[in-house]
Amino acid sequence: MSDLETFRAETAAWLEANCPPEMRQPMVDESDACWGGRNPTFKPGQKEWLDIMAAKGWTVPDWPKEYGGGGLSRAEAKILGQEMARLKCRSPLSSFGIWMLGPALLHFGTEAQKKHFLPPIARGEIRWCQGYSEPGSGSDLASLQTSAVDQGDHFVINGQKIWTSYADKADWIFCLTRTDKSEKHKGISFMLFDMASEGVSTKPIVLISGQSAFCETFFDDVKVPKEYAEGVSSVVYEVNKGWDVAKYLLGHERSMISGGGSEGATSLGAKFADQYGRDEMGRLDDPMLRAQMAEMDIEVLAFRAMAERFGDTFKAGLCHPAQPNMMKYAGTEINKRRHELIMSAGGSEVLEWESEATNGGLTARSWLRTKANSIEGGTSEVMLNVVSKQILQLPGA
Amino acid sequence: MPLYLNDDQQMLQDSAADFMKGEGDVAHFRKFRDMNCKDGFSHDLWKKFAEMGFTGIMIAEDEGGLGLGHMEAGVVLEQIGRNLTPSPFLTTAVAGVEALNAGGKALRDKYFPGILAGDSVLALAIDEGAKHRPDQISMSATREGNGFKLDGKKQFVVQGGSADTLIVAARTSGSAGDEKGLTLFAVDTDAAGLSRDSVRLVDSAMAAHIEFDGVLVDADAVIGEVDDGDAVLKRLLNAGRAGSASEILGVGAGSMEITVDYIKGRKQFDKIIATFQSLQHRMSHLYSEMEIARATVLKAQQMLDEGSSKAEMMVSVAKAKAGKATSLSVKEGVQMHGGVGMTDEYDIGLYMKRDRALQEFMGDVNYHTNLVAEMHGY
Repeated sequence: MSDLETFRAETAAWLEANCPPEMRQPMVDESDACWGGRNPTFKPGQKEWLDIMAAKGWTVPDWPKEYGGGGLSRAEAKILGQEMARLKCRSPLSSFGIWMLGPALLHFGTEAQKKHFLPPIARGEIRWCQGYSEPGSGSDLASLQTSAVDQGDHFVINGQKIWTSYADKADWIFCLTRTDKSEKHKGISFMLFDMASEGVSTKPIVLISGQSAFCETFFDDVKVPKEYAEGVSSVVYEVNKGWDVAKYLLGHERSMISGGGSEGATSLGAKFADQYGRDEMGRLDDPMLRAQMAEMDIEVLAFRAMAERFGDTFKAGLCHPAQPNMMKYAGTEINKRRHELIMSAGGSEVLEWESEATNGGLTARSWLRTKANSIEGGTSEVMLNVVSKQILQLPGA
Repeated sequence: MPLYLNDDQQMLQDSAADFMKGEGDVAHFRKFRDMNCKDGFSHDLWKKFAEMGFTGIMIAEDEGGLGLGHMEAGVVLEQIGRNLTPSPFLTTAVAGVEALNAGGKALRDKYFPGILAGDSVLALAIDEGAKHRPDQISMSATREGNGFKLDGKKQFVVQGGSADTLIVAARTSGSAGDEKGLTLFAVDTDAAGLSRDSVRLVDSAMAAHIEFDGVLVDADAVIGEVDDGDAVLKRLLNAGRAGSASEILGVGAGSMEITVDYIKGRKQFDKIIATFQSLQHRMSHLYSEMEIARATVLKAQQMLDEGSSKAEMMVSVAKAKAGKATSLSVKEGVQMHGGVGMTDEYDIGLYMKRDRALQEFMGDVNYHTNLVAEMHGY
């Protein structure tokens, strides 16, 4: 057996032995995710699963061990992911710290910052939120106005963020602030501070789905120390160089959101044919719906091949640096169409907003949620602009 | 295996690109079209295909070929598509050879030397109606003496007029719609009772209507097993569909490339028209569709080469997706060219015509979309 095959066998055995049975049930909705944090809420099995995975460093399998990671090679981390998927083990921890701040710190952070901030992220002890968008700064993010004024040993923050995911539940924020008003992109800093600081307040936004994952976040004379400990600066990279960090992270976010299109590779037609009824040939009983389902099967299988090719070329350094923008565009647009079709197939029954039969309108709420896919993390129109400019090199784009 | 070309495949791509551009570019296509060539391609060029080793790409090494797979055939076909190179490569060296690879050694020994030398041309006699419906084949092959007697009609036999050999799907038992009862034959086109009416298609390629009127063939003309031809036909169709998906992908990529170049040069309202967002977004959407189509084609060919049991599904996904993307590419191409897109002088219209013919070759988008639903059990 090769080393990797041994690793696969051992990993599978360990997961079988240690993953709580509740954590091998499929997640029904976002509320089934475990987010950790200072004031965590755990459903049965979640805490045990988080703790035992964190102890192995497997909440972040490919981070270095000294920062709380598993120190696995890329190949090993891929095997762990495959085995978890095969055994239907849930992810032990959902975290913007893992998905976004971590990669930024690993790339731009000082050694002291990495040692200070990364291990609590890996253990799920601190829950982070992202302070990017503002009411007047959406697609044109670099026009942001939230100010951070240098007061010697600290900054004073004033302003407002919007679309801050789970700001009301987060412990800390990584936040883009304006530290120089005379510059646009070169006047932005990437700052880390505690959401419990005096002057921080949040207000959930009720969405068309009825859910309130997003907040408005207000900063009213919030004092942010320049250093939290010896060498642990509250600013990542350098003052006025936060846009570099933000751009790097947006790339990450886009490739993450672009995974959405490959969600549910199971055939919609196969799933709905039984409930919908079949004709004497065994075909789904509505020819127009059947045709649309088959078209969607093709789109989903095609995008899955695209995601595989994107992943392979990305790792090999062969893909265009702007390719994540194309992936984000294509993946989110497919996902929206897919949910339109699911609603259409469900007919009047999935309109029920609160009934037990629909699990509280889950299908409808999910459909509405997908409408944000092509807005958050850069709109489809912005993605197309980037492709036009950077890949096709069209003038004036 | 990662989903991109390895170093050897990359080298093959480079040499195929140089070859098609140098020997079989659009000017070459126009020359043969304008001389009203009855075969629709240059036999000299076909000889050069052989010298490059391309005609033996899917023939085993111990039988004199390169012993490569569907991915490599696709690499060559994409360049054929990009350059609109007229050749019998797809029907002969890809789908035809793949059918013969499913047959006995005697047949391979008979036909492979001519293919390897660039002397022989194969054509596929499958379709019997305006649309590709291989499950509805009704042409009959009845036992007669030591062999079979073929009666019936085939159409859209691409390169059928210039071919020396036809791969013919006929019914030895059962009736149209039955899975079993098909048998595949290798039939020489000079056989008595075989008549061909070669016609020029919209894309200037030649295809034939073929009539079989009591054509007698020996038992050794059977490829594979009698009544079990569906297995051979499946291999032929998978190769032809994946291969044509590659060619159509090349057509879409070529058409997109010349359109991007055109809009970067064309000025209206004192502005380069490529600066208009209305064109930029459509072009970027097209780029996205073409990229996805490329991934599906590579994936299908990789699965065929690996012998995956799910390859057939991906082949249909690839033919449908590449068809959709390229159809968009040529339509946007003509529209963005504006008035000159309607002229014969500009190449974009040639790409549109080539796309239209390839759409119909071995099943269009609707056909394969329906197959995907059937394979999913609905």
